[in-house]
Amino acid sequence: MAFEYAPAPESRSIVDIRPSYGLFIGGELVSGSGGRIKTVNPATEEVLAEVVEADASDVDAAVAAARAAFDGAWGRMPGRERAKYLYRIARIVQERARELAVLESIDNGKPIRESRDVDIPLVAAHFFYYAGWADKLRYAVAGPRPGSQPGGTRPLGVAGQVIPWNFPLLMLAWKIAPALACGNTVVLKPAETTPLSALAFAEICQQASLPPGVVNIITGAGETGRLLVEHPGVDKVAFTGSTEVGRLIARAVAGTRKRVTLELGGKAANIVFEDAPIDQAVEGIVNGIFFNQGHVCCAGSRLLVQESIADELLEALKRRMALLRVGDPLDKNTDVGAINSAAQLARIRELSAVGEAEGASRWSAPCVLPERGYWFAPTLFTGVSQAHRIAREEIFGPVLSVLTFRTPAEAVEKANNTPYGLSAGVWTEKGSRILAIADQLRAGVVWANTFNRFDPASPFGGYKESGYGREGGRHGLEAYLDH
Amino acid sequence: MTTDRIGVRKTYKLFIGGAFPRSESGRSYPVRSASGEFLANAALASRKDVRDAVRAARAAVPKWSAATPYNRGQILYRIAEMLEGRRAQFVDEVALSEGGSDAARTVDAAVDRWVWYAGWADKIAQVYGGANPVAGPYFNVSTPEPCGVVGIVSPQASSLLGLVSVVAPAIVSGTTAVVLASEDRPLPAITLAEVLATSDLPGGVVNLLTGRVAETAPWLAAHMDVNALDLTGVTDAGLATELERAAAENLKRVLRPVQPDWFAEPAIDRMTALLETKTVWHPKGV
Repeated sequence: MAFEYAPAPESRSIVDIRPSYGLFIGGELVSGSGGRIKTVNPATEEVLAEVVEADASDVDAAVAAARAAFDGAWGRMPGRERAKYLYRIARIVQERARELAVLESIDNGKPIRESRDVDIPLVAAHFFYYAGWADKLRYAVAGPRPGSQPGGTRPLGVAGQVIPWNFPLLMLAWKIAPALACGNTVVLKPAETTPLSALAFAEICQQASLPPGVVNIITGAGETGRLLVEHPGVDKVAFTGSTEVGRLIARAVAGTRKRVTLELGGKAANIVFEDAPIDQAVEGIVNGIFFNQGHVCCAGSRLLVQESIADELLEALKRRMALLRVGDPLDKNTDVGAINSAAQLARIRELSAVGEAEGASRWSAPCVLPERGYWFAPTLFTGVSQAHRIAREEIFGPVLSVLTFRTPAEAVEKANNTPYGLSAGVWTEKGSRILAIADQLRAGVVWANTFNRFDPASPFGGYKESGYGREGGRHGLEAYLDH
Repeated sequence: MTTDRIGVRKTYKLFIGGAFPRSESGRSYPVRSASGEFLANAALASRKDVRDAVRAARAAVPKWSAATPYNRGQILYRIAEMLEGRRAQFVDEVALSEGGSDAARTVDAAVDRWVWYAGWADKIAQVYGGANPVAGPYFNVSTPEPCGVVGIVSPQASSLLGLVSVVAPAIVSGTTAVVLASEDRPLPAITLAEVLATSDLPGGVVNLLTGRVAETAPWLAAHMDVNALDLTGVTDAGLATELERAAAENLKRVLRPVQPDWFAEPAIDRMTALLETKTVWHPKGV
């Protein structure tokens, strides 16, 4: 007989979602003057809450609050005292980890296993790591430029930060922790479909007694983001999102004094050589593309497999994909949760249809999808050529394009044949090959015999049209320092 | 009818392997306040206590050095939290031990020192290690590693802040320590041990002995299972030279005596002095 999984739902009673939220400006939740938008649970299409769509006057108020905090106590506070606020935030995130994980899964659709074991622990770790830098900035950068004060590192001022919906609270941490560690103040806009964890973070700032105005959270959609990025009171712009919007931001700041870092799209190659350990590689491929429903800018969305093992690998991969459990994000056994929004689901469906129309062969895992909500079965395409749109464009969903190669040189050629350059994977038992291939890959992060590893100590960011600047590690401080 | 309540006094003992034993020698010595009043009897550690402490420190090396830097950082930060929570007690004890009016400032600085070093746990390798661009097809990277067990003679005058300032940089990177507390002002050290014991710091990572430096330090200096010797608190120049010579037998790394301003922000040299650098080569080629 076959054993079935019993449902193992995580209780949602730990979170208290209010019907309506304001903006977090100057340390208080204020009602804002913009209109309202709704955020829904993508697994059920249930409306969770209404949030403000911040307008120009809201953005003005938030930037003014951030400026006042920067010109006030925060800007003059020694690093060792700033550090203590960041440590407090890290501790409160740890204390409220369960609640935040459940909230994140409800608003985003990601499996509780990931929000609980990946997102939230990394959020706490990121604040903890950058807390430790706040009083060590003179060790952080390579050295002061000639003529500046010895060891002199200064914050930039007010950072305007716009983050995506795929890792809502983690992206908030990646933005806010280094900015505050360096002494900046921030105005952050979470994505329109996932505002709730950022609003919970506003309450964490209050619990930590963070001085008013140091962190300001404004909700809204693309227009709010544009207003923030283009606001003359913003000294530094940090954006994570699509390459298309990244280009708009780069154009918008042209001719200003604003500093910019951009973490954009990707189309990572995951290269499997014939001497790779097949079972480990299969796990890595699955993790690379189906982690977080493939809503990952560094996802291993192009599998490049050496021709000699392609059949064997694909068979093993399909067998593994058929075991993926797709469904209720709050079920602790779920591997693949809900697609974050109807719009994203439409895009995944459209590009998948294009893949078929252009001649690639589609195979989807045989899973039963829930009736309500936004779902897409784990899917792979074989017979993909480099010219196919599914090999060139970021799908940002659980869809893998499989290509083959014969020689290492061909693997590198194909891996680099993309305007993106965020990440790549290499699978082989031969250490010297890993290092030689890694040298030739035009990508900001190369994972060898693993994939989708993240750590606050490790710099992350892309080459080419995947953006510029690095987040994480010592490098992550440079974006927020005037040195 | 009521009577005045009589206070319950604390017995000050050693701290070895996470436990609080008395000296195996059964000896103690009277500790007096800065103004000369009797405060308590402290354990007078012996050669055997030194050896027990080294054994405990060595036993703690595998686990502590293998802990992730993130984990070590959180534990050091936890020590700061626990110390802050007992701030009033430490202010009283430092004031009694050291006299003067700086006790509150001293305790605050000691808490902040733990926080400062906690942050280094996962950063020192990024500042003190890195990729080496060798002329050839090789991956070459240097990383700092803990040296093993360090014996520390902690500062005599600065019984808490000085102690924290020599212990924290030793343990943050995974080294374990046998510490001889300030001879005449040992009480804050033993109370600090109570903080260490309740901060998720594995037993044996820090071992604290009270007693006579001239009696115990030579055993520590000559011990073949000790990798480094920090003589910061040795005030007798002749003894310091003798200890350094003894340390030469197994080529211990030696930090010579200094008397810095413990309130000043430290540099990273106390950490780097207790680190080895390991360089790994690996060929590159398809």
